[in-house]
Amino acid sequence: MEDDFIPVRLSVNGVPHRLFVEPRRTLLDMLREDLELTGTNAGCEHGSCGACTVLLDGQSVRACLLLAVQANGHEVTTVEGLAQHGRMHPLQEAFWEKQALQCGFCTPGMLMTAYELLQQNPDPTEEEIRSALSGNLCRCTGYQHIVEAIRLAAQRLREGAEAATSSGTTA
Amino acid sequence: MKSARFRYFAPHTIAEAVQLLDEQGDEARLLAGGQSLLPLLNLRLARPSALIDLNEIQALAFIHPRNGGLVLGALTRDATLERDPLVAARQPLLVEAAHYVGHPAIRHRSTLGGSLAHADPAAELPAVMLALDAAFTLQSSTGSRTIAAAAFFKGPFQTALQHGEILTEVHLPGLPPRSGSAFLEFARREGDYALAGVAAVICLAEDGTIAQARLTLCSVAPTPLQATTAEALLRGRHPDDAAWQAAAEAVVNELKEPPADIHGSADYRRHLAGVLTRRALALAAQRAERSHS
Repeated sequence: MEDDFIPVRLSVNGVPHRLFVEPRRTLLDMLREDLELTGTNAGCEHGSCGACTVLLDGQSVRACLLLAVQANGHEVTTVEGLAQHGRMHPLQEAFWEKQALQCGFCTPGMLMTAYELLQQNPDPTEEEIRSALSGNLCRCTGYQHIVEAIRLAAQRLREGAEAATSSGTTA
Repeated sequence: MKSARFRYFAPHTIAEAVQLLDEQGDEARLLAGGQSLLPLLNLRLARPSALIDLNEIQALAFIHPRNGGLVLGALTRDATLERDPLVAARQPLLVEAAHYVGHPAIRHRSTLGGSLAHADPAAELPAVMLALDAAFTLQSSTGSRTIAAAAFFKGPFQTALQHGEILTEVHLPGLPPRSGSAFLEFARREGDYALAGVAAVICLAEDGTIAQARLTLCSVAPTPLQATTAEALLRGRHPDDAAWQAAAEAVVNELKEPPADIHGSADYRRHLAGVLTRRALALAAQRAERSHS
């Protein structure tokens, strides 16, 4: 009984998956080992560092603090799901331009946390960005460039939304 | 960094869950939000033989009004507490304190009942329960009982829960008119456990004096602490700086041995407890006055 594998059906970045997992497997290990989506990084594995942050039904969670079986029937979005049609997400582009990463280990978690922030708050202040990032550790950058990148991405996303709205009204 | 093996069950009803608790014996553990239990599993500090996952039990996730107060299901998530308009209207202290629990990614999973049953002395919500005079429903296969928050917290990570029991509901009585509350804490980094945290509730009488004060603290004692001496000396006084100062001094004198670690000495925590007490009481009183105008 203890070796029983449990069926899990879930959607990851819009792709449906069906697999069998041990109950003790975390969502993090299932993503990395079973689905070979290694963009999500395994850092502390006890919820302190934020490197494994993914979205579960659109809400940020620590993938190391969720059992894979608990994702059954849910939708997961990982950093691999940010790019669309072969183009990086504006957040990813801004991280690149602003040199918001050095070793890159924290980056997937930073991106997913920032993605959620900008969904809820398209024009965050520096303080709000720093507050949102408080659960994500970066040991290289000192956070400054990450904050700048998020501000830049937020600005571009707002401008993009405005352009889409105005072209919609003139058309 | 991987959990040891365990048997896994995800019951859909409370009846199934208590039956599983009986069947699986002393080594079984309940899994609520998992934000404290999963780290313990991953670090192998806990090696339960079985996990009974409560997340599929819809009957544990609700927020109901009752007699001017609230009844909350134990599986109510902290992110829900933060945003729920009914909680904001009836017990804003809970909204304010829930915001201090971890980070958003933690609060999307962490639950009210899980935090209470885990009984971390540094956790915010147990102290809030004491301040709001909460009562908890504990259910087992043989029935249910109700216990006051003041009798529930026994020590660090120790509660009155017996094996076979599940904390299912949290009952919060309503506050009288002219009441205000405040939660304040100080942590080195946003989202970290506080070095000290204070929950204050002030109820004003018709003549503007303090009819009742409730004052509790987290992170400064082995359990959430009710500052009964300070509460008693506030009763009947005018809500002014001298009253807050007297209460803060009583709190500092009452604190015997706050924990000391690299983040803060016992003396520093005692100092913080005093400062936060003064500020939380003043804010609660201000809100009580505003609620009337």
